[in-house]
Amino acid sequence: MIHTEALNLHVDGFGRLVATLPDGTTRAGLVPVRCFPLADPERWVSLCDAEGREAMLLEDPSALDSESRRVLLDELARREFVPKIGRIVRIAGDAEPTLWEVETDRGPVSFTLPTEDHIRPLRPHGALVADSHGVRYRVEDRRKLDAHSRRLLEQYM
Amino acid sequence: MPPTRPRIERFSPLAAAPAPTYTGAAPCAPGSMPNEPPSPLLEAADALRRPVESRLRPGESIRACFQPDLDDALRYREGLVVLTDARLLAVAGPDAVREWPLSEVVSLRAADRGGLGWLEAHGASGRLCAWSFTVVRAGRARAFVDAFGRQRDGAAPETVREEAEVPEAEAHEPPAKIGLLLRLMRFARPHLGHVALGIALTLGTTAAGTIPPYLTWPLVDDVLAPYQNRVRDIREDATLDAPRREARLADAREQARAPFSRVPLFLVLMLLSALATWALGWAQGWVLARLSERVSADLRNTTYEHLHRMSLEYFSTKRTGDLVSRISSDTDRINNFLSDTLLDFITDVLMIVASGAMLFYMDPWLAGATLVTFPAVAWLTLYMRNRLSTGFLHGSRAWAEMTSILADTIPGVRVVKAFAQERRESQRFRQANDRIVALNDRVNRLWTFFWPMVALVNQLGVLVAWALGAWRVYDQHITVGVLTAFLAYIARFYGRLESMTRMAGSTQRAAASAQRIFEILDRAPGVPEPAHPVAPGRVRGEIDIRRASFRFGHRQVLDDVSLSIRPGEMIGLVGPTGAGKSTLLNLVCRFYDVSDGAVLVDGTDVRSFPVSDYRRNIGIVLQEPFLFYGTIAENIAYGRPEATRAEIVEAAKAARAHEFILQLPEGYDSIVGERGQTLSGGERQRISIARALIVDPRILILDEATSSVDTQTERQIQEALDNLVRGRTTIAIAHRLSTLRGADRLVVLEHGRVAETGTHDDLLARGGVYARLWQAQQKAPEGQGDASPVPRMSA
Repeated sequence: MIHTEALNLHVDGFGRLVATLPDGTTRAGLVPVRCFPLADPERWVSLCDAEGREAMLLEDPSALDSESRRVLLDELARREFVPKIGRIVRIAGDAEPTLWEVETDRGPVSFTLPTEDHIRPLRPHGALVADSHGVRYRVEDRRKLDAHSRRLLEQYM
Repeated sequence: MPPTRPRIERFSPLAAAPAPTYTGAAPCAPGSMPNEPPSPLLEAADALRRPVESRLRPGESIRACFQPDLDDALRYREGLVVLTDARLLAVAGPDAVREWPLSEVVSLRAADRGGLGWLEAHGASGRLCAWSFTVVRAGRARAFVDAFGRQRDGAAPETVREEAEVPEAEAHEPPAKIGLLLRLMRFARPHLGHVALGIALTLGTTAAGTIPPYLTWPLVDDVLAPYQNRVRDIREDATLDAPRREARLADAREQARAPFSRVPLFLVLMLLSALATWALGWAQGWVLARLSERVSADLRNTTYEHLHRMSLEYFSTKRTGDLVSRISSDTDRINNFLSDTLLDFITDVLMIVASGAMLFYMDPWLAGATLVTFPAVAWLTLYMRNRLSTGFLHGSRAWAEMTSILADTIPGVRVVKAFAQERRESQRFRQANDRIVALNDRVNRLWTFFWPMVALVNQLGVLVAWALGAWRVYDQHITVGVLTAFLAYIARFYGRLESMTRMAGSTQRAAASAQRIFEILDRAPGVPEPAHPVAPGRVRGEIDIRRASFRFGHRQVLDDVSLSIRPGEMIGLVGPTGAGKSTLLNLVCRFYDVSDGAVLVDGTDVRSFPVSDYRRNIGIVLQEPFLFYGTIAENIAYGRPEATRAEIVEAAKAARAHEFILQLPEGYDSIVGERGQTLSGGERQRISIARALIVDPRILILDEATSSVDTQTERQIQEALDNLVRGRTTIAIAHRLSTLRGADRLVVLEHGRVAETGTHDDLLARGGVYARLWQAQQKAPEGQGDASPVPRMSA
């Protein structure tokens, strides 16, 4: 068991995430993965090597020193791509699959929704939409969407 | 800053099928001028293309291009990375161009995870640049990396990626753009005679129902009213004394005998029309109920048949309970709608038209004035219709949610009981039910407010008719008889209107159900039939997998796998869990289609064969053999129902199942499957081997056929399998490597790629992945049956 406080994280010249353990040994090329990206995104971050084997598991990343924490959060932000849907412009197609045109925090985009089962409601008021390529989009709070978007989304939930 | 370009996918109903998409790196004709087609640069926007074109040196040629669709902040924005024979160029905007001579670029890497991909260029002392893209472009990124590898190794650039001609798939008709309920008409077409009869009877019923009020008019005006007036005149005549008045009244009675003699005629006519309405209504109800029963049965059959044309992928994304509820309860709702509501609706419309016509015929002025409330009701109905349809759709979904819980927990009841979670499952069911109640409450609230509202508006209409009618009588425009008949019609008119608005509920419910049915029917089959089918006949069993890739969601399950199998050869597929072994089998069986590349059998792309003709050549034995409810004989003959008893017994003997079947009280006639005879795993497995044997397949698929049984049983199954394998092209997956020793060749898969190929001895000598796996299994103690701690390589 490694004490999180004693762990140092930095990014080397090759853009690889490197962890330095208290005994001075280093592990390079680590990929941070959230274990519970929906239920508990802030805690339980696993650092895996390129083959997907876990090198270490950080139960509470907030215990890292501030610089390491910043590096970790940057790296997570770089590895995660779940655009947040702010508005649903329109949904084309009466039958599945349907074509969605949405505005997200990453810009406007269209995607194909294979079936209504690809929309997963998230408690309490969110939703996770997976398109035909497996790219996921998130609705943080359905109640905060405008009426038009909400009506379109509710048809599928 | 150029405007952000959204990623627009061309929408087609075929998009759900793993349609062969072009994922290769854009092919570059070497030496071609950049502005000359088919330059890959043409795909890029002007703003990105120009900076590259202007920077190209004379004689420099483009080898490959890649367009990342995300910028550094992971916002959607097109970029461009270009590989020439001398440089690597990256364009983010008209003035944001970076370039590196190829001598500086040591390596190029692409990877993706969770929908996001990244491409990195590394130099000797650090990372030069990194680009991000969505997983949609992952295939192109990998191809770009491959192109870089070839360029660095000095290999000739692959001018045109070897791409097998993808057989054209049968077109799936896009759904018609008409109302959902109108689309049900398609299912009424085979019963046109019934439909015509139903409509004729409805017209007759309506006509018969319109007669009685019309008869009240002469009854009042010619018979009752004149007599009543005379009687009143005599009674109120002050000049008459009592005896004379009595005499005059008797006179009047005498004189009225003639007009009153017509009363029985009116009554008989009314009785006749009532009888006609009854008889016609009966016939009409019967005809339409028969019709709707057949239409909804057709609907169920068509939907179920269509469901069987879907790929496995569809079933893996749909919940069983949801599909069950669509086919059972949604079709039933449509049935109810067709038999009851539609009938009433047509009758009501006809009645409204007929009554309206009568009203205008009797007194256009009064009719026009009293019908002013009609538009209000029509608008109210229309408004409610939309609100209700959403409500009912949600209701149907909640219902499906509930059936899904049933479909989930009833087969899993052993787990529920083992973990003592009955209470929690009941709670889960209760919650789903509560949701149905809550959603229905919402609809009902709307609904119950609506129809009394309509009733009120209609009452107002009748009130207006009374007021204006009284005035018209006073004004001597119409007689009391006309007013009586008029009021009878207007009551009927509004009554019908009210019942019609009440129907809006069941109509919308049926429309919601129709939508859920058509969601299945409109879906293009995941494994489409070929447009120009090639009959496979009985194949020789030569399998050629060419650069096959398969993506499931955002996971690249198979990546550029090539494998040639000779007819009659046995291949053992080995590799850790998730290496893509089962997926490769599914591609050969054509349960899925490749994302890229091709699977050829006897030199023909499997996508050219009609699906079921091709599958007739394949026999499958799965890890968990599924037996259907029925006798053992029926289960063995499942793939060839016409098989004789002799063939069934022969297959069972070859599968080493004959003896244990004879031990069962009813022998081959024993019922197995759900609610049937309990068989052990090994016994079920041997029945499934017999099932595969009887179709005499050319290609045999064994997916962990022996992994769920103990070693003793495995030996028996192995004997059965040896009979099965003989002379057939076989692909087998097994976690016990010892069971694959009969294989001609072993193929080791790792991370979706072929890691090693060779015989058992070759691979052991090589000391690679296979040798490690083999040694790990040899160290573990053997012969302890099911519970032996043999390291399982696959689940």
